[in-house]
Amino acid sequence: MSTTPTTPTSTSTADLDLLYTELEDDLRSSVSALLGARCDEHRVKAAYDGDDSLGKELWPALAGELGLAALLVPEEQGGAGASAREAAVVCEEIGRHCAPVPFLTSAVVATTALLADGATEAASALLGELAVGERTAALVASFVAGPGDADGLGVRPGDQVRSVAGALEADVLLVPYAVDGGVELRAVPTDAVTVEPVVSLDMTRPLADVTVPEPTGEVVVPATAGVAAVRAALTTGAAMLASEQYGVAQWCLTTSLAYLKERRQFGRVLGGFQALKHRLADLYNEVESGAAAARYAAAAVAAGEDVEVGTAVAAAYCGDMAVHAAEEAVQLHGGIGMTWEHAAHHYLKRAKADQIGLGNPGAHRAAIAELVDLPG
Amino acid sequence: MTATATGLTLDQLLQRVDDFLAEHDPASLTTDEERMAWLRARYDAGLAWVHFPEGRGGLGLPRSWQVEVDAKLTAAGAPDNRSRTNTIGLGMAAPTILGFGTPEQLDRFLRPLWTGEEIWCQLFSEPGAGSDLAAAATRAVKDGDEWVVNGQKVWTSGAHNADWAILVARTDPDVPKHRGLSYFLCNMHDPGVDVRPLRQITGEAEFNEVFLTDVRIPDAHRLGEVGEGWKIATFTLNNERVAIGGGSNPREGALIGTVAKTWREHPERRTPDLHQRLLKLWVDAEVMRISGQRLRQKLAAGQPGPEGSAMKLSFARINQELSGLELEILGEDGLRYGDWTMRRPGIGAMMGRDAGFRYLRLKGNSIEGGTSEILRNVVAERILGLPGEHRVDKDVPWKDIPR
Repeated sequence: MSTTPTTPTSTSTADLDLLYTELEDDLRSSVSALLGARCDEHRVKAAYDGDDSLGKELWPALAGELGLAALLVPEEQGGAGASAREAAVVCEEIGRHCAPVPFLTSAVVATTALLADGATEAASALLGELAVGERTAALVASFVAGPGDADGLGVRPGDQVRSVAGALEADVLLVPYAVDGGVELRAVPTDAVTVEPVVSLDMTRPLADVTVPEPTGEVVVPATAGVAAVRAALTTGAAMLASEQYGVAQWCLTTSLAYLKERRQFGRVLGGFQALKHRLADLYNEVESGAAAARYAAAAVAAGEDVEVGTAVAAAYCGDMAVHAAEEAVQLHGGIGMTWEHAAHHYLKRAKADQIGLGNPGAHRAAIAELVDLPG
Repeated sequence: MTATATGLTLDQLLQRVDDFLAEHDPASLTTDEERMAWLRARYDAGLAWVHFPEGRGGLGLPRSWQVEVDAKLTAAGAPDNRSRTNTIGLGMAAPTILGFGTPEQLDRFLRPLWTGEEIWCQLFSEPGAGSDLAAAATRAVKDGDEWVVNGQKVWTSGAHNADWAILVARTDPDVPKHRGLSYFLCNMHDPGVDVRPLRQITGEAEFNEVFLTDVRIPDAHRLGEVGEGWKIATFTLNNERVAIGGGSNPREGALIGTVAKTWREHPERRTPDLHQRLLKLWVDAEVMRISGQRLRQKLAAGQPGPEGSAMKLSFARINQELSGLELEILGEDGLRYGDWTMRRPGIGAMMGRDAGFRYLRLKGNSIEGGTSEILRNVVAERILGLPGEHRVDKDVPWKDIPR
């Protein structure tokens, strides 16, 4: 039944391929195979008890062996010259395995900042090192900061930036110094910076508080281009995070589904009760919708079309969607879902932290209000 | 129609559209007969629905390419094939006839259906068979080369404008309900067909009750084998859910566009609560639009499956929430209603109606074409593989089911 069509808004949409190419499927297979073999859920859990060795083993394998750190780096700078579409597939698998690796913070956010218009020779050199997995970078910004916060992230020596993601795994930090004329990004080696680990809600993406040192290291993005670079980095980060959230949600859905097909009470499998069937049907619909939104955002970033709206829509939708899926997973598993032993809580914690990270859903909706002219 | 047509590239297809327009200039058409001849020529050229086979109005090409063909033809001023009046014909009857019809049936029905010469409706639901469609009691009894049909159908959109109907009727009451149904193509001009308006909560009568009394249908108008009615009806309904839930739209091309326009035009009516709810629904509507786009890409080569059911769940919820929000945004004006007069609107007459009408009419979205409750069962059982509901009537001969 159709409803009243009206003139579309000035924001044009893009006719993007929302399916996976054969190349993307192959990439997924290799990432999934590696994480399936090495990202053991008991070792993921160990991060909560202070053992962070899994991430330290996984990241060199993903970045080096599979070359994932090179995806977004152009070939002429020593990278693979792939796009956000491929990076999104990697994020889906990382979410599905709840893998404690700094792919998003280094290979997406920091890498995108270094690719900004106006980036220096030093940025180019650093990209080459990131691409081959020799170095790992992170942007010094709180994990809560999203694209809408980009012009307020400039820091001065002595400032403490709280809850920075990826700083613990990095050996070089991109510090957005507030200077005359804008924000200047410098590549500062971590040994010149105070990085204090904090106890994180989600220990699969451990956070740290970073104290900003006196300006040091090379300028990678000059003051005139810094805010735009940070905004682009956080936008691409938010778009890719939506794919991670889809991966997290899909694990929650398939794991809950498998459990409800097997768990018997009252002489029947639980999945036969209509109250639960309907909940799973709604969850499936929500997760599939999130998949489409995340895919659209990735394709939009890759094509450079409809990037801002596509990203904000995916981020606003998938943030809540993944949390809902994880909360349903805990509830649908009953008592076992509340145990430390079961992996559901890894995904709940990841989903909740991801929802708050890179702009929360409300911030992304506020961005949409501006982008599509729906003022409050 | 050449054998080499299959495997055209999109560019070659669009070239073919240009060639067709060069030979059949829409600007030269003056009479209805000329316009109809043009539509028939378009069908014969395979440009009606390019995903249909050659010789059946198509070229065996991806469904998604039709959009570009339509855009080109519309830009050139192509005549309209009454697609808004014939949604059931185009969206449901046509793919079903294509899927199960004999060559004679395809020859007889597809072209006039597509050109809009013949409008179709759907005789499925009955007073005693709503969600439980397989319980249909309308009887079809064989009499020589004909079937004699008696019964009552209900919720038939557009029956008063229709020339033909797809009909599900019981041909064998002695077997369990799913096995005793057959599928027919029913002439709505048969003297035994009596169409009566059914007034609904909006005040008007978009739907009908249809009484069938000794309607005679030639056996040549039976679709598929005797007893195959349930299988074919399921095929039709999967197409219906795609037709209802999966329409192609630009951003803000559906109801959200109307509500957003109201919002933009009335700054004095904005409150923080309404703003937050509007933005959430805007995101939901946009995600549904993108999901529809993705589903169409998935279906480009294949047939609709139960995924359409999931889309329709979103469609119903979002439409209902949005139309309710619209009344709240309108405030004082939301308290008024255009007209309660009993009328007979055309199909798809949602355009130009007021917000109160939309609020009431869209309540039907979660009922028509499969209730949201049934669709959740469909998703749970057919996509997620969860156990089916207990069925006390599944293995009982239809005539022995208590009613």
